[in-house]
Amino acid sequence: MALVVRRPQLKWWEKIYLPVIAKGLVITMRHFIRTLTGRTKVTMQYPEEKWNDQLPEHYRGAPALVTDEQDRERCVACQLCEFICPPRAITIIPEEIPSEDKWAKVEKRPRAFNIDMIRCIYCGLCEEVCPEQAIFLRKDYAITGESRAEMVHDKARLYEIGGRRVGLVNKWNDLK
Amino acid sequence: MDFIALAISAVKIVGLVFLVIMPMVAYAVWAERRVSALIQDRVGPNRVGFQGLLQPVADGLKFILKEDFTPKNVRTGYYWLAPALTMVPALLTCAVLPFGSQLFGEPMVIANLNAGPLFIFAIASLSVYGIVLAGWASNSKYPFLGGVRSTSQMISYEISLGLSIIPVLMILGDLNLGRMVQDQSVNGWLMLPLWGDRFSLKGLLLLVPVVISFVVFTVSMFAETNRLPFDLPECETELVAGYHTEYSSMKFALFFLGEYAAMIIGSGLAVTLFFGGWSLPFGWLSWDGKADLPWWQGLIHMATFFGKVVVFILFFIWVRWSLPRFRFDQLMRLGLVFFFEIAVINIILTAGIMMLVK
Repeated sequence: MALVVRRPQLKWWEKIYLPVIAKGLVITMRHFIRTLTGRTKVTMQYPEEKWNDQLPEHYRGAPALVTDEQDRERCVACQLCEFICPPRAITIIPEEIPSEDKWAKVEKRPRAFNIDMIRCIYCGLCEEVCPEQAIFLRKDYAITGESRAEMVHDKARLYEIGGRRVGLVNKWNDLK
Repeated sequence: MDFIALAISAVKIVGLVFLVIMPMVAYAVWAERRVSALIQDRVGPNRVGFQGLLQPVADGLKFILKEDFTPKNVRTGYYWLAPALTMVPALLTCAVLPFGSQLFGEPMVIANLNAGPLFIFAIASLSVYGIVLAGWASNSKYPFLGGVRSTSQMISYEISLGLSIIPVLMILGDLNLGRMVQDQSVNGWLMLPLWGDRFSLKGLLLLVPVVISFVVFTVSMFAETNRLPFDLPECETELVAGYHTEYSSMKFALFFLGEYAAMIIGSGLAVTLFFGGWSLPFGWLSWDGKADLPWWQGLIHMATFFGKVVVFILFFIWVRWSLPRFRFDQLMRLGLVFFFEIAVINIILTAGIMMLVK
C-alpha cells in the first residue's frame, strides 16, 4: 500500500507568503537581538577566556612526572609505561643509582625520560600502569612548540609540570 | 571654465566611488558576516582590530596575495572580461544617484541626467553579461549551469523591476532622480506621506499602489543582485559556487565586490525612489532646489542618505539569513506569473486613483 503524504492545507495568508516571511524575519530578529545583548550563550573566546576553572577533576591533560615528599623522583625506570604506551610516545633510558647516593636502595632511576607530545594521545594508560605512582596526567592542555624537538618533553620539563606530590598518594583515591 | 567643471566631476567621482562606495562594500561584507553570525547565535569575525573592524583589510590583502589561477581550458579573453563586466556596471550606475542635496553650491550627484532610472536599468542589465560570460568562458559544467540560470532569472526579473517603478514615475511626474527627491522632500515621501501635499486623501490612497510597487521592486532587486533567496546562479549546495567556480584571487573578489556594489546601488535607488533619498522626514530641512543651501545642511542631507542606505543594506542581510533559497521553477513562476501581472495591474490602479481622486 502506497504511503500517501498529506500536504498541509495552507491558509490564505500562508498562500500569499508575505506574512509568513514576516514571521520568519521576526524569528531571526529575535535571535539577533538575544545574541547582541548577550542573552544567548555563545562560544568561549578561547585565548582570552581559558578552560582552567572549568576542567573536570578527571581531566586527562599532559602526562608529567612527580617527586615525593622527600624530593626523590618516584620513577624507578621500570619502563612499564614505555611498553604500554599505545603510540609509543615514551622513551626511557634507565640508569643505576650509584651506591653513594642517598637513595641507592631504590637501585634504578631514569637517566632520560622523554615523552613526545606530538605522539601522545592522552589516554592515561601510563598513569594506570605505573606501580610507583610516578606519572600523572595533569590539567595542562595547551602544549605548543615551534619545532618537533620543542614538543618532546624531557625529564626536567616533566618534573616542572608535575611538581611535588606529597602525602599518601593512592592513585585510585579522589585526590589526583 | 570647462576644466573646473571637469575637475569638480572628477572629485565627485573619486570621492563617491573610492571613498564611500568601496569602503561601504568592504564593510557590507563585514556587516554581513557579523550580522549573520548574530542571527545564527555565533560571534563572527572579531579578531582583526576592535570587534573585527579591520577584517576587510585582511580580506583584501588575502585576495591580493592569492594565486591568480587561470584554468587551462577556459576562453581566456572572455574569462578575463567577465569579472570587469560585473564590477563596472555596478559602479557606473551610481553616477545618477543623488547622494546629497547640495554642497558649496554644487549638486551632489555625478551626472544630473533627466533619465535617471532608465539609465540605471540600462546599465544594470549589462551586468548579466558578466555572469553569463563567466559561465560560458569557464568551460565547466557548474559555471555553465549557473550562467544559464542567471540569464533567465535576471532577464525575467528586469521586467517586473522596470514595471514596478512606473507608478512612482507617474506619481512624481519626473525622471530626474534629483528632482524626484526634492519633490519628496517638500511634499512627503512616497512611503510616508504624512506632510506637505501628499498628506491628503489622494496621497494616502496612493500609498496602496506605492507599497505594492515597493514590495515588487525590492523582491526584484533581490533577484537582480543574486542575493538569497534568489541566489540560484551561485547556489553553493548544487553548483559548487555557480558562475565563479573557476575564478580565484582578485577576479573572484571582483565578482564578490560587484555583487555588493550592486546591492548598495540597489539600496540607494530604493531609498531614492520610495524613502525620499537625502531628505529628512516631516519636511525638516527640506529643499526645493531653488535657493542655495548652507554647507552643514548639505552634509546632514548626505549623512541622511547614507544612513538610509545602511539601514536598507542591513535589511538585505537580515532577509538573506532568514529565508531559504527558492526552487528554480518557483522563482520563474514568481517573476513571470505573479510579479509581472501585479506590476501591470498596479500601474492601472495608480492611474485610476490619480484620475478619479482629485
